[in-house]
Amino acid sequence: MTDEKPTTPEVPAPEPAPAKAVEPAAAAPKPAAEGALPAAVPAAPKPAAPAAPPKPTGPKPTDASGKPLIAALAAAVPGAILEAYEFVGETTAKIAPEHLVQACRYLKDEEGFTYLVDETAVDWKDRQPRFDVLLLLHSFSRGQERLRLKVGVAEDAACPSVTCVWETANWMEREAFDMYGIRFDGHPDLRRILTWDGFQGHPLRKDFPIEGIDTGAAIYPDRFPEGGGPGPKDTNRKVLS
Amino acid sequence: MSEPTPGTVAQFPPLAGPPLLGLHEMELNFGPQHPSTHGVLRLVLKVDGERIVSARPDVGYLHRGTEKLFETETFPMVIPHTDRMDYVAASTNNHAYCLVVEKLLGVEVPKRAQYIRVLLDEMQRISSHVLWLATAAIDLGAITPFFYTFRDREVILDLFEEYCGARLTLNCMRIGGLPVDLTPGWLEKVRAFTEPFEKCIDEYEDLLTENRIWKERTVGIAVLDEKRCIEWGVTGPVLRAAGKAWDIRRALPYEVYPELQFDIPVGKNADTYDRYLVRVAEIRQSRRIVLQCLDWLEKNPGTEIRGKVPRVIKPPAGEAYACVEAPKGELGFHLVASGGNKPYRLHVRPPSFINLQALPEMAQGHLVGDLVAVIGTIDIVLGEVDR
Repeated sequence: MTDEKPTTPEVPAPEPAPAKAVEPAAAAPKPAAEGALPAAVPAAPKPAAPAAPPKPTGPKPTDASGKPLIAALAAAVPGAILEAYEFVGETTAKIAPEHLVQACRYLKDEEGFTYLVDETAVDWKDRQPRFDVLLLLHSFSRGQERLRLKVGVAEDAACPSVTCVWETANWMEREAFDMYGIRFDGHPDLRRILTWDGFQGHPLRKDFPIEGIDTGAAIYPDRFPEGGGPGPKDTNRKVLS
Repeated sequence: MSEPTPGTVAQFPPLAGPPLLGLHEMELNFGPQHPSTHGVLRLVLKVDGERIVSARPDVGYLHRGTEKLFETETFPMVIPHTDRMDYVAASTNNHAYCLVVEKLLGVEVPKRAQYIRVLLDEMQRISSHVLWLATAAIDLGAITPFFYTFRDREVILDLFEEYCGARLTLNCMRIGGLPVDLTPGWLEKVRAFTEPFEKCIDEYEDLLTENRIWKERTVGIAVLDEKRCIEWGVTGPVLRAAGKAWDIRRALPYEVYPELQFDIPVGKNADTYDRYLVRVAEIRQSRRIVLQCLDWLEKNPGTEIRGKVPRVIKPPAGEAYACVEAPKGELGFHLVASGGNKPYRLHVRPPSFINLQALPEMAQGHLVGDLVAVIGTIDIVLGEVDR
């Protein structure tokens, strides 16, 4: 095991997901900078420019705010949709956290999305807000169309719970809480589910070490010193950064 | 249960508070080392005599941090890890994962590879359902079906071994296709097993379908109707036994399933007995699909088993979700890529985990002895529940 890169293996691009929104903004400063400093740094943007084209070889997200479903949701819950895009045939809507429950209730009751397929989270570590909560909805009356909702949640904020809309969100949110430490407001039973009560840290956060942490102290505080099983001088000792 | 105040949820709330027990009630631990829990599932039961007042599943004893491991491996290196989730149906796990990466890469899988994938999946479904049948029957005291089903499962595992070298953790798919082509003579061996297999299914049914003891133990047990199934996100044979003909192979078709002919068996009463009937009918349908795949593969010999995949797999940044109809229900992979050669985040939507959530509702009001039937009827694999 090399310990050279103890943290995240792939540092993401600053704003990977809403690439459509970012690219015009990223593209705009470049001509402006070149226009402002034509002689000073012409060499610096040039290597960057050939490096950029190989990246967007694959599919690109396209704007989906014109889709009837998105338009209906935007009309029913004003201010809920921050952004909507389509990528590899999947529609994603970015929802403002404060409107999440209202939007979900509308989608379930009026649009027939009775089946919550999946709810999970992503840690973007250096981004603000730090986490994305992803929900995937399915409607039995709409054929193959599925809808993904995406909610940005800051590290010190809480995400509204959708357990009041779909009961199945219960364990999915418990798992997200366990793995990421995201709090879900309104959840009836927010406890750890896969790790045990008393576990320190949240394993799927990008700053949690892949080797794991010493957990002896959590179980046998009288036998192990604070900080973990292997003694303070043991080279195998790993602590949560 | 009190509602947590915004922003002030305690990091570790107490487990369940003081056990609020009635005069004749007591709390009972079922598992994690009970043979009928099929692994390490713990249930905290509140019982009034023999009757279950409430059941609370406690999972995580087999948690290995698979999703964390995914993030440290390159895309092709993830595949063996997926084997270890639902370890009795590894090929469907491989399949769902390969589908999601292929979706993001935009890779076209050759037709021959698609047929072989479907063939492997359906053989896996037979072996998984047959294993369920054996264990569910043995839990309820019927030991004979075990011998018949394991006799046939053994043949399937041997066929898998001949194809990819492994019996359980198959690692039998690659992004864009398959690792190796079929060995000569393998298709004939599959045919020699599949064609007379119909008689074997009749044998299982002879033992159980009209068996009075089996019916008394399963009819009316663990009823969960269609509406509640959907509310709990329950999929697979449990949902179909409630009368909803919903199968990913038809509803969100993948690979060559639109070209194949098969029926979606449904139940009526949404109880354990109907789930048994649905699973046995699914074994028959899988056999039908296997035979169709064999026909196609024999008529269209070829060597193309892998699509055009770049040497270094770097899908574009973005999210994608792909799912297959695993023997337990909808198995999905939710991939968030950041443009690198490793998945930034790969979440599994495990059917066992989601289906297990409905267990308290199914078990309520039954006798402790029937709880074994309730656990068996969901068909969970703890490797997938805990990941």
